[in-house]
Amino acid sequence: MSAIAPLVTAAVAVPAFKRSRGHWANVAARIVRNPMAMVAALVLLSLIFIALAAPWLMPADPFATSMFARLKPIGSVGHLLGTDELGRDLLSRLMLGGRLSLFMGITPVLLAFVLGSSLGIVAGYAGGLLNTAIMRTIDVLYAFPSVLLAIALSGALGAGILNALISLTVVFIPQIARIAESVTTQVRRSDYVDAARASGASAFAIVRAHVLGNVLGPIFVYSTSLISVSMILASGLSFLGLGVKPPQPEWGLMLNTLRTAIYSQPWIAALPGAFIFVTSVSFNMLSDGLRAAMEVKQ
Amino acid sequence: MKSKRDIGGPRQPLLQVSELRKYFPLKGGLPFAANKSAVRAVDGVNFDILKGETLGVVGESGCGKSTTARLLMQLIEQDSGELVFDGETVGSRALPLRQFRRQTQMVFQDSYASLNPRMTIEDSIAFAPIVHGLPKRQAITRARDLLARVGLEPERFAGRYPHELSGGQRQRVNIARALALEPRLVILDEAVSALDKSVEAQVLNLLLDLKQEFGLTYLFISHDLNVVRYISDRVLVMYLGQVVEIGSADQVFDTPKHPYTVALLQSMPSMNPLQRTTVAPLAGDPPNPINPPSGCRFHTRCSHAQALCAQRAPLFASAEKGHSVACLRYEAGSGVHFNHNHVEVAHG
Repeated sequence: MSAIAPLVTAAVAVPAFKRSRGHWANVAARIVRNPMAMVAALVLLSLIFIALAAPWLMPADPFATSMFARLKPIGSVGHLLGTDELGRDLLSRLMLGGRLSLFMGITPVLLAFVLGSSLGIVAGYAGGLLNTAIMRTIDVLYAFPSVLLAIALSGALGAGILNALISLTVVFIPQIARIAESVTTQVRRSDYVDAARASGASAFAIVRAHVLGNVLGPIFVYSTSLISVSMILASGLSFLGLGVKPPQPEWGLMLNTLRTAIYSQPWIAALPGAFIFVTSVSFNMLSDGLRAAMEVKQ
Repeated sequence: MKSKRDIGGPRQPLLQVSELRKYFPLKGGLPFAANKSAVRAVDGVNFDILKGETLGVVGESGCGKSTTARLLMQLIEQDSGELVFDGETVGSRALPLRQFRRQTQMVFQDSYASLNPRMTIEDSIAFAPIVHGLPKRQAITRARDLLARVGLEPERFAGRYPHELSGGQRQRVNIARALALEPRLVILDEAVSALDKSVEAQVLNLLLDLKQEFGLTYLFISHDLNVVRYISDRVLVMYLGQVVEIGSADQVFDTPKHPYTVALLQSMPSMNPLQRTTVAPLAGDPPNPINPPSGCRFHTRCSHAQALCAQRAPLFASAEKGHSVACLRYEAGSGVHFNHNHVEVAHG
């Protein structure tokens, strides 16, 4: 291995010359100048902060029921956002419910990002028979509408957070793997990968040094756009009684249990839905901003 | 050091290419159909690259020049044929692919596509030496030395990204990258074709300097006949996936033997307005490489073609010392003779 004689034998310390700003620094600089994306990021950060700090911020016990304070309207004394059908403080439940809702939005996408990109990158770089084997298997899952697949899997695995997590991850893996495969195939055909192959580098070294850096960006952007879908699907599963179980607060589940109150207290019934809406729109806006910041041709 | 690596001695060809063949099967049709049609991109190519020479390769678009380059680089696998590098078969126990690749490098036509857009140029150059076990620090030092050597100040350029460089600068980076493994053979696939004329001349002169300095051998692929004549010691002419003529640059350019070479040279614009070419020397497009003509592949466009040309494929015959041609008229006893009514015009 050490057969290459260095052109310069003295191994003096290499002075670090000024580096140009890298790709990600450019993306960051551009996204900071995008007001839409920044507003969305601010909304999301505050939602995440409120959810994490809920135990200390909550004005009341989110599990304490009261038969005398059922379905109080917004702005009632002691209940800023009213109470639900069992008289629990809605603001406290919304704050604490954000934890599970955000968790169910982000975690499946994160897991699917890791697994789906790995599958897609392997398939895209290897090509040939391995590609066919991986991608056709994934196409089987891809053939089902995602809502149907999530419900079917959750139903088969049984109710519960973990099972909902697994089924959502399985729903997203094919979508992410497809993107990963197509981007990797493109990079695989580029001249710089050919040049790296011609230098005798192993497939692993090429993927690590040349493929990942060019592939993970687009996959990541696509994945962020799935977070809102994941949140809505998770809420849907909870709504159907397949995800989070009562009395645990979660926005989708709250939407379900409050739906009976839609004629008596429509604003109360709509509140959890409004939170789901604002969060998913913010994720989508941030994702769009990220895409725009990365798509600039240099 | 150079002499130590020179295993077979100076007279041993650096690379011997024999019966190289690559067919690209066409998509469509039944997957297991018996006789699938294929593009015969490279169809039985033989030639030697001598140590220290620059071998120019010319031919029309689609004649298999680039496929040949990729085959030599082993970026695609040949269907049949053998490469012998300095006496050792490539891919054999004596010369595994990885070792061969260290000694043969390539510069691509598209200077932008051949550099990773997310890597600084010093990292791009240092990648191959690091892969071959050179410590990172030394590899970076070498990358900067090479940058200086190809005329880019390392202080200014080492930390830049490809999109911050001009086409000529990027191609210098690509040359530096190719040299980072200290190869013996460098394949230049249209390496200067995409550059402006003035930049092209600078890069050509750089290539000539580097060849001297590092004792390199070049395979220079281009469609630009003037450039090939300027840089090459010997020239190889390809037509439809086959070699039709090979000889020293002077022989091929001054006394071309194959009618295709003659036509190719006539298609070069003349500097003298009085010798302007008024009739198109070659009519039509080259035939379809999926179903090449029988016999001599050029007979459909050849002004000298005789009946036998459609039946017999010509063998490679020596026309004069060091100058071979695949034309039945030069093959002794082939039955095809020179038609003396036809006046051959060498390019002036």
